Amino acid sequence: MKNDKLLFFSIIVVSLQVLLAICAPILGFQDPYKMIMINRLKDPNLMNLFGTDHLGRDVLARVVYGYQTSLLTSSLAVILSLILGGTIGLLAAYYRGLFDRIIMRFMDILFAFPILLLAIGIIAVIGPSIWGAAIAIAIVYTPIFSRLIRGPALVICETEYVESALSVGASDFRIIFFHILPNLTSVILVQSSLLLSAAILVEASLSFLGLGAQPPIPSLGLSLSEGRNFLLLSPWPAVFSGLAILFLSFGFNLLGDCLRDRLDPRLKGEFENKF
Amino acid sequence: MNYKYLFNRIFDLSIVLIGISIIVFSMIRLIPGDAVAIMLGANTEITDEAMNELRSRLGLDKSIIEQYFFWVSNIFKGDFGTSIWTGRPVIDEIYLNAWPTIELTVLAVLIGAGLSIPIGCFMAISRGSISEIFARVTAIAGLTIPSFWLGIVSIFLVAKLFPSYIALGYVPFFEDPIENLKRMVLPVFALSLPMIANLSRLIRSAMLDALSQHYIRTAKAKGVSNFSTVYKHALRNALIPYITSVGVSVGYLLGGSIVIEQVFAIPGLGRLVLGAIAERNYPLLQSSILVMTAAFVLVNFIVDILYLFIDPRISKND
Repeated sequence: MKNDKLLFFSIIVVSLQVLLAICAPILGFQDPYKMIMINRLKDPNLMNLFGTDHLGRDVLARVVYGYQTSLLTSSLAVILSLILGGTIGLLAAYYRGLFDRIIMRFMDILFAFPILLLAIGIIAVIGPSIWGAAIAIAIVYTPIFSRLIRGPALVICETEYVESALSVGASDFRIIFFHILPNLTSVILVQSSLLLSAAILVEASLSFLGLGAQPPIPSLGLSLSEGRNFLLLSPWPAVFSGLAILFLSFGFNLLGDCLRDRLDPRLKGEFENKF
Repeated sequence: MNYKYLFNRIFDLSIVLIGISIIVFSMIRLIPGDAVAIMLGANTEITDEAMNELRSRLGLDKSIIEQYFFWVSNIFKGDFGTSIWTGRPVIDEIYLNAWPTIELTVLAVLIGAGLSIPIGCFMAISRGSISEIFARVTAIAGLTIPSFWLGIVSIFLVAKLFPSYIALGYVPFFEDPIENLKRMVLPVFALSLPMIANLSRLIRSAMLDALSQHYIRTAKAKGVSNFSTVYKHALRNALIPYITSVGVSVGYLLGGSIVIEQVFAIPGLGRLVLGAIAERNYPLLQSSILVMTAAFVLVNFIVDILYLFIDPRISKND
């Protein structure tokens, strides 16, 4: 019962933030790109609820549009890695043998890199941008998804309904995507939510280092890094963008955590420590 | 001694090391642009001969496979190449910058691993719905606080509250140990908090798991004290997943230290990597990524070997 309440709470936290990001243009926030130089580094006031940054831009608007950038990049990354890693995991579990050994060995090698370091290396190759960050995070998360999907898929491959589908002559494609995949829905839901929470942090770190979104795009990580230079004059841009990253990441992590308890308690503990 | 286990781990280790060297090598080769043109960069009077000469000196006129073996054999000789801009051996620059990162990571591991045991045990013993929600929410909050934000906020607070305290920069330990540790406090705190959150939660669930086992009931039934059942019988068994996680956390800490070094202006490997990207210093970039990843892989290899001594299920299973 108390777990359901927490799940409900996390759904509200997540959907409020997602709605805020989607509806930003119609909610009447100020223009996040508009600079008013005489209004620089103001403390929070009635005109600018979160204050203004070093170029006189409204911090509240920058944060809300920063949500858009952050959510867009990290969800794109998670979706890409889910498609790529999920397919690899499914095929490896279904065909097994040499294919499984080679591809999973390759995934192990990718998995051996520290996450942020590999993402930075990939961005050095493809260049810093929102898309660069999304692709880098997607590649980094592919081995994680492939392992997460392969494990349960191996179990499902042994079930009688897969065997009976085989015996009535269903094609491999049909068995993999219509018989095995639907049974992995809960794993996918839980892990996507948890990895999205981690991806938000990785994206913010990359933008913070200047390797993600480029100015003047409103980005939470970028605002934090810009705000750092004016910390003693006005801490508000840095404080609010950091809090926004925290709330966003927290919401998805709590959601994934509660969903896991709800949908599949057996998953508990797996990959908790790879963030 | 379980030699099969040892042999398998060493085999895995070599495959992974070969794999990461191939990935790092090809990653740098994929970067668009001609490395030689970048190296000769500002010099406008470059003749084709000069470029060809440099190319053959770097071995870039050979096939890609020959280049890879050339690179790897040089690494075994201790030659990681020369830094494009300073002309110094790359390995020297890595060596100079490695100490702050090593110190930061080791301190964060010690603090994170040390504090999480008592916190996790406490959370496991004090059961009940309120404490359960509290444990879960604080663990997730600790995990999702951006460590660089925590660093920035702590710099701000310290600057306001203790204006004389210098929070930024790095002083080598052997120059001034006290000043060195003083400046390490904030970065280590920011870096280890997510680790404390993660590990104490792991300890908590492993403890709850261990406390429900039959041997705990037996221990209680024969009158072992409460303290001893928790800390001697249950904790020892809870430590096995914990040690794996500590090893895995090192990878997170190495990544996190890149950002934290940037926040606290610490001249470590992270700054080296970012600097190498900014100035397109590819030999340096390639080697620093390789060295950091290899270090992470080796730490996890050592953890795997530790199991031989800790976990009788592995060491006795011939």
